[in-house]
Amino acid sequence: MEGQLAHIGAGLAAIGSGAAAIGVGNVAGNFLAGALRNPSAAASQTATLFIGIAFAEALGIFSFLVALLLMFAV
Amino acid sequence: MASEAHGAETGGLVFHPMDQFIVKPLFGGDVINWYTPTNVTLWLAIAIVCVVALMVVGTRRRAIVPSRSQSVGELAYGFVYKMVEDVAGKDAIKFFPYIMTLFMFIVFANFLGMVPMAFTTTSHFAVTVVLALLVFVTVTVVGFAKNGAAFLGLFWVKSAPLPLRPVLAIIEVISYFVRPVSHSIRLAGNVMAGHAVIKVFAGFAAIAVVSPLSVVAITAMYGLEVLVSFIQAYVFTILTCVYLKDALHPSH
Repeated sequence: MEGQLAHIGAGLAAIGSGAAAIGVGNVAGNFLAGALRNPSAAASQTATLFIGIAFAEALGIFSFLVALLLMFAV
Repeated sequence: MASEAHGAETGGLVFHPMDQFIVKPLFGGDVINWYTPTNVTLWLAIAIVCVVALMVVGTRRRAIVPSRSQSVGELAYGFVYKMVEDVAGKDAIKFFPYIMTLFMFIVFANFLGMVPMAFTTTSHFAVTVVLALLVFVTVTVVGFAKNGAAFLGLFWVKSAPLPLRPVLAIIEVISYFVRPVSHSIRLAGNVMAGHAVIKVFAGFAAIAVVSPLSVVAITAMYGLEVLVSFIQAYVFTILTCVYLKDALHPSH
């Protein structure tokens, strides 16, 4: 029973990756909107774009980690 | 990890998607001491040999018209140099060798993991945590050596209203110490997740009805993973630069 509950928890943790997808989409979409308004400034901001994506994505990876822990460590 | 109890655990797949991450000794046996050559140490060594082959042997002739390997080496050098200069500032250039080493090692470890049947060393937290902790310790030591106690100003946000500052200080301290955690887990988690997804699709390929679809999916995921391998190495390096900038110029 406990193992099955852990599997349900792992499935619930997968919601987190969807939330991270929203975050990454937000960052990339806003960057594109800004870049199309002022294309000459876009190239200098790609580093900021990747940092933003990395921070948004890290939390999704945390939820993936929680899922892994529930699957294999509990 | 879950190597025993196959069948019931794998949910109908022919192999477990996490089996590819099991550390095995190279020459048989299952006792692993610190000196035992395992598949991890083998692929770490191959990554280092590849970096040396590209950056030392490949650029040895120092031709004015560069050969193919020399152009790649120069491209990588210029790429990282510009990144350090842009993100961390001119006075961070003395840390360029360290950051270049980090970048080349992670790029090669990631790309070698994409070779079929290879072992992906960066998918293990034991590897990435060491890299991230080294960055954390370096940044902290450099920060205190360069600024003394003024480095603690990093946690005391001057631009915020005074009553808010103690609360912000607590948050800043927590976020400072979570840095190595997220820094390492981001790299290992991305790489591990990508490889696990490819293995899951590979498991579906054994079912006749969906096998053409899963072969297409594996190809697409592989392409994506090649991209992710590079971007994650880039992100790891650029975050190192950001942290270094904090250490060199702690005022917000």
